[in-house]
Amino acid sequence: MDALSRYEPIVDDFEAFRSACRRPLPPVVRVNTIKTTIERARRGLQEAGIELDPVEWHPGLFRLPEDQPGANWPYSHGWIHGQEEVSAVPATVLDPQPGERVWDATAAPGSKTTQLAALMDDRGLVVATDNNMGRLSALRSNTERLGVTNVAVTNEDARNHSLKPFGGELYDRALVDVPCSCEGTIRKNPDTLEEWSLGHVEGIAGVQKGILTRAIQATREGGTIVYSTCTFAPEENEGVLDHVLEAEDCRLLNFELPLAYRDGVTEWDGETFDPQVERAKRIYPHHNDTGGFFVAKLEVTG
Amino acid sequence: MSENVSHRFDRLPATDGEREIEGRPTREEILAFWTERFGVPSETFEAYTFWERGNGKIWAFAGELESPVDIEALGLSFMRTRQEHWKPTTEAVQRFGSRADRNVVRLDRAAAERFLAGEDQRLAWDGDWGYLIVTHDIAGGPEPIGVGLYVHGELRSQIPKGRRRDFSGE
Repeated sequence: MDALSRYEPIVDDFEAFRSACRRPLPPVVRVNTIKTTIERARRGLQEAGIELDPVEWHPGLFRLPEDQPGANWPYSHGWIHGQEEVSAVPATVLDPQPGERVWDATAAPGSKTTQLAALMDDRGLVVATDNNMGRLSALRSNTERLGVTNVAVTNEDARNHSLKPFGGELYDRALVDVPCSCEGTIRKNPDTLEEWSLGHVEGIAGVQKGILTRAIQATREGGTIVYSTCTFAPEENEGVLDHVLEAEDCRLLNFELPLAYRDGVTEWDGETFDPQVERAKRIYPHHNDTGGFFVAKLEVTG
Repeated sequence: MSENVSHRFDRLPATDGEREIEGRPTREEILAFWTERFGVPSETFEAYTFWERGNGKIWAFAGELESPVDIEALGLSFMRTRQEHWKPTTEAVQRFGSRADRNVVRLDRAAAERFLAGEDQRLAWDGDWGYLIVTHDIAGGPEPIGVGLYVHGELRSQIPKGRRRDFSGE
C-alpha cells in the first residue's frame, strides 16, 4: 500500500481512503439491453435464486453480493456482463448516440465496447482496437455473447490507428480508457501495487499521451472524447490532459456525474497544470464504496 | 472467377447475377434460408450487410462499409455455409431466433440444462430433421439458447465448448 501514501496531500480523509482500499468489492453485472430489458434480466436472476442489490446511480447495474456472474441462465443468454461499477462511468459520460461513429481506442476485454454498443442501440459503428491478440479474443467472445452487431475490431497500436478500413472518415466520439498503473483496482486485485514503480507510471504516461493525441486527431471538430483511467497518479491523469491541451486542438468540458467525486488537481509534485484540468473528476474508493477512477470529457476544437 | 481471401471480409453479392466468387452465397439466399427454415422475416435483416471471411463463415454487420475490409472482426458471427446443410451460429440464434416460428423446439428447464451443458438427448419431435432453434422459458417468455441438430430421435447440442455451462451440481 506504500504507493498510495504519495496521495496523502490530495486525498481528503486519507485514513478512510486507505481502509476502503483494503475492503473487497462485490461482483457487479451490467444488463445488456441489446438482448433484453433491465426488468427481464432482474427477473431471470431472481428465478435463478441470485440475490441482487440495485446500484443507485445506474439502473442497469446490479451488485451480486453472494454470487459469481458467469454461472447462470441470464449470463448464458448474454443478458448480463460482469463489469466493475466505476468502469461503467466513462461510456455513460461519452453518451454515444445511435448511428454515430465511435472509436474505443483500447477496447479489450470489451466491457466498455459492449456498453457503448448498447447505448447506441447497436446502430452506427463502434471501432474497437487493441494491440494484443490474446486480449482481443476475450473482446471477441464478449461481443459475440452479448450479440453486438455494430462493432468492427482492429488489432493495432492505438497510437497508429488507421481510419483506412472505415473510409477515412473521422469519428463523432472516442473513448480513451487507457492502460494504466491500475491503482484504483486494488479492491479487486489486492496485489496490483506490488510491482508499482514511478518509472512505470512515467513510462505509461507517455503511451497514454500518444493514444489520446491520436484520438483527438481521429475525431471531427466538435466531436467528444472521454479520457479515463483506473488510477490516482496525476502523471497519468491531469498530466496527460495538460499535455494535449497544450499540443492539440481541444478543450475540457464540464459534465454531470451522479457519484461523489473530487475535481482534478492543478498542482502536483512541483508542477502546475492547465487550470482546465479541474473539470476532470476523481472518483475515490471511500466516497461511493467503489473502485477508484479518473474521468475527463474533451471537445475537439480544430 | 476471383477467389475467397481467407483473412479479409468481403461483402456478399446481392443476387446470383452479381456473384463473382464461386461458391459464395448471396444475400438473397441468406434471407431465403432464414425465412424458409425458421420463418424469420427478411425485414429483420434490413439494416444489416452480410460478409464472408474464411470458407463459408458469414458475418452480419449493422451498417455499411466499403468492401473488402481487412480487420479482425466485423459484426456478429452469423452462420456457416459452403457445407451440405447451412448452419446458424449460437450467437445468431440468440440474437435473432426469437422471431422464428418454424423448426423451433421448446425445452423444459431440465432438458434445457442438459442442452446447455452440451449433452445429446432423446426427444419426440415430428417436424423436420436437421438444425433446429432451441428455446426455453425464462423470466416470463421463451428465449433462444442455441442450435440443436435433430436426427434419429435425438437432439444433439451444438453449443460451442466455451459457451457450455453445467448447472446440475448447483
